[in-house]
Amino acid sequence: MPYLVHAQEDRQAMLEALGAGSMDELLVDVPASLRLRRLDLAPGLSELETMARVRELAARNRVFDDRLTFRGGGVYRRFVPAAVGAVLSKPEFYTAYTPYQPEASQGTLQAIFEFQTLIAQLTGLDVANASLYDGATAVAEAAMMAVVHTGRPEVVVAPYLHPEYLEVLRCYAEGRGFQVRIGTDPGNDSAALVFQSPDFLGLIADGSQVTELAHAAGALAIACVDPISLALLAAPGEYGADIAVGEGQQLGLAPSYGGPHVGFIACRQELVRRLPGRLVGEAHDGQARRGYVLTLTAREQHIRREKATSNICTNHSLCALAASVYLTYMGPDGLRQVADVSYRRAHALADELSQLPEIELLHPDRPFFNEFPVRMKNVLHRLRAVEAEGILGGLPVARWYPELEDVAVFCCTELNDPDALAQLVAALRKTV
Amino acid sequence: MRHYSRLASLNYSISENFYPLGSCTMKYNPVANEAAAQLPGFAYLHPYQDQATAQGALELMHLLEAALCTVAGVDRVTLQPAAGAHGEWTALRMIQAYHQARGERRDQVLVPDSAHGTNPASAALCGFQVVEVRSGADGRISVADLESKLNQRVAALMLTNPNTLGLFEREILEVAEMVHATGAKLYYDGANLNALMGICRPGDMGFDAVHMNLHKTFTTPHGGGGPGAGPVGVKSDLEPFLPKPTIERRNGHFELDEERPHSIGRVRSFYGNFGMLVRAYTYILAMGGDGLAQASEDAVLAANYLRSRLQGVLDLPHDGPCMHEFVASARNLAEHGVKALDVAKGLLERGYYAPTVYFPLIVPEAVMVEPTETESKATLDAFADTVKEVADLARTDPQRLHAEPVSLPVGRLDEVAAARRPVLRWNAASESPTEAP
Repeated sequence: MPYLVHAQEDRQAMLEALGAGSMDELLVDVPASLRLRRLDLAPGLSELETMARVRELAARNRVFDDRLTFRGGGVYRRFVPAAVGAVLSKPEFYTAYTPYQPEASQGTLQAIFEFQTLIAQLTGLDVANASLYDGATAVAEAAMMAVVHTGRPEVVVAPYLHPEYLEVLRCYAEGRGFQVRIGTDPGNDSAALVFQSPDFLGLIADGSQVTELAHAAGALAIACVDPISLALLAAPGEYGADIAVGEGQQLGLAPSYGGPHVGFIACRQELVRRLPGRLVGEAHDGQARRGYVLTLTAREQHIRREKATSNICTNHSLCALAASVYLTYMGPDGLRQVADVSYRRAHALADELSQLPEIELLHPDRPFFNEFPVRMKNVLHRLRAVEAEGILGGLPVARWYPELEDVAVFCCTELNDPDALAQLVAALRKTV
Repeated sequence: MRHYSRLASLNYSISENFYPLGSCTMKYNPVANEAAAQLPGFAYLHPYQDQATAQGALELMHLLEAALCTVAGVDRVTLQPAAGAHGEWTALRMIQAYHQARGERRDQVLVPDSAHGTNPASAALCGFQVVEVRSGADGRISVADLESKLNQRVAALMLTNPNTLGLFEREILEVAEMVHATGAKLYYDGANLNALMGICRPGDMGFDAVHMNLHKTFTTPHGGGGPGAGPVGVKSDLEPFLPKPTIERRNGHFELDEERPHSIGRVRSFYGNFGMLVRAYTYILAMGGDGLAQASEDAVLAANYLRSRLQGVLDLPHDGPCMHEFVASARNLAEHGVKALDVAKGLLERGYYAPTVYFPLIVPEAVMVEPTETESKATLDAFADTVKEVADLARTDPQRLHAEPVSLPVGRLDEVAAARRPVLRWNAASESPTEAP
């Protein structure tokens, strides 16, 4: 059997050393009525057979060419430097545990410290944590920070926050006992105004205006941001947001049918003791050598139990490492180039699409980054038609927003080259 | 690359040597699992593709759900939660919704004093008041104390079995009956499921909701602190409250079901940590039912064997046999001024990762050891010899032990100073050779 190491003689020798005649003597505390005769699963397979089985399942999924993928909605195809895969496949990183013993975990600890630094720099805020599960739970954690910090009972959410993030926020809020309201009008009861920019439709919000609205009501401003867009757009810290959160999938992680990805959260210094989850800080040993440790653990569940800022324990460390490697390899110039090319391709596509009959931009006057909403009759039919030509078109959004029937959000990244754009336009033209 | 290779070289990992970290199930992470998750048909699948173009992924999730139902003895499993704590919270939200749907307001959750810290934290996150239940002298939940704390306000008892001392809760059937008699639900913290596969099932014990750590029992790698996955299994009366979406098979097709009127809603974006689900399913395929059962037996055997090897070296405050892990105590070294922390650092110095120390909280100077089934007898023997060497050193030269580790990249770091003036990001301006330590 794979992955089991004992020869039968070793098992026997260990039982004998214990003075036990059989395993049953070691399992004596398990009531007899509970003992299973056998575990009713198929027999194990060789590696050859196992891989054949999983390959067969993988083959039943259709993967679209990255050049011809124009769908985002929170998960994006992007170029990933080969270094990301090379670092992530080092077993010293991926088979280590949470760095509880710092002397034997400096690699993971320093990598997390670098992630914290990079996220803080990207968002323009003081401190970032070691990672959260995803963008959705990052929004929920930020909202809970605000509720505790202000002692106020509701969180206001600007329209077109990613609909799944909103659903997750509602699920946390219902348990924790605070209200979630859609609007842009925080009042005296509001702990925070949450807004996403670019939002689910791809449109850019005026961050400083929203932040002012929040602060005028004494609420915190929570910005949910696209990390790539920050190479071109103002950082939340620059316009005064208190907390920035987001999804880091674009920073070197594969779509992987939605996960694992990585949530990030950053905040102003005053809020640091309300941050959820792991934080790595600098420390020194007796010889004044610098090292890194998990710190400010008095916020955390293993120390504070029911008084902790969050229940999070395992987070998404390895995904955070991917993001660090990605950002390091790209550097500020590379990231700007990625953002710039994505912006230009998306705007070129928007221009082309708006020339087609029966297709119009939903908000021709509003600025967008690399996703934009388009209205076209029979949108599902048309998307199916382009799919038949190997193109994953825009994301139809009516399932979340009935008022946006016949609307699809198209996305471009640096992978959608001009030929790919032309192919999409030609395919859509045929549907007219 | 050199920077990251250097960082990698500063890490200890299960790929290198024994990692006896109690409660964490550090077993071999099969490389085949990694290859499976990286297949383009999985890695490049977009979550918002038409479901008709993702049938393989949905079928895999359906098959994994069925396998986990069989292992845990439950009726349905949600694969959405991203980690164990996230699973705990998801299950408690379901239990909360269940009571609310019955028109009952139950605002307390009972948690044993030996529980993982995530248990009370997850309960608090759901707005519950946490009430602690004491352990008895035998290290198991005190049935008398439980009885005194059960009433109509209690929504659930959260229990780990085997508990964090590695002991099977012998009175589990009575406990389940008592909890259910008051209308409360019984929640299973699956951190220790590696002890039980094919031996017995939480569902049969009376647990109503069960979380499982795929990154412990089902060999997905820990990644230096995640990503993991924390699926939650439930009995049928909690099924209506499962988070959205569930995966249903209809007319030979697999579908994501979003139309669930009683659902607690969504607990994370998309469909869970899919890449980890692929790894866990690959592992289950390779092991099969008999393989998983043998894995748990071997884990129990290894823990008992190692425990017996440490008899007389460290204190063993509770009678055996244990299940897949055991808790020793370094209090027998206290007279030499040596603590559990020193034992941990002495083991690091000698090429091992340290056991979990100072947990569970109910054992002073706790040293919690979980060997898992993927370590050979030779490794267990060598580790036991090294623990003895460290304990001997505690008696003969405690000063030397206090100074360890000396041969690792850094010595003991001043965590108190680090927390007092936290430096949480790189700041080029503050870098100078004269910087105060």
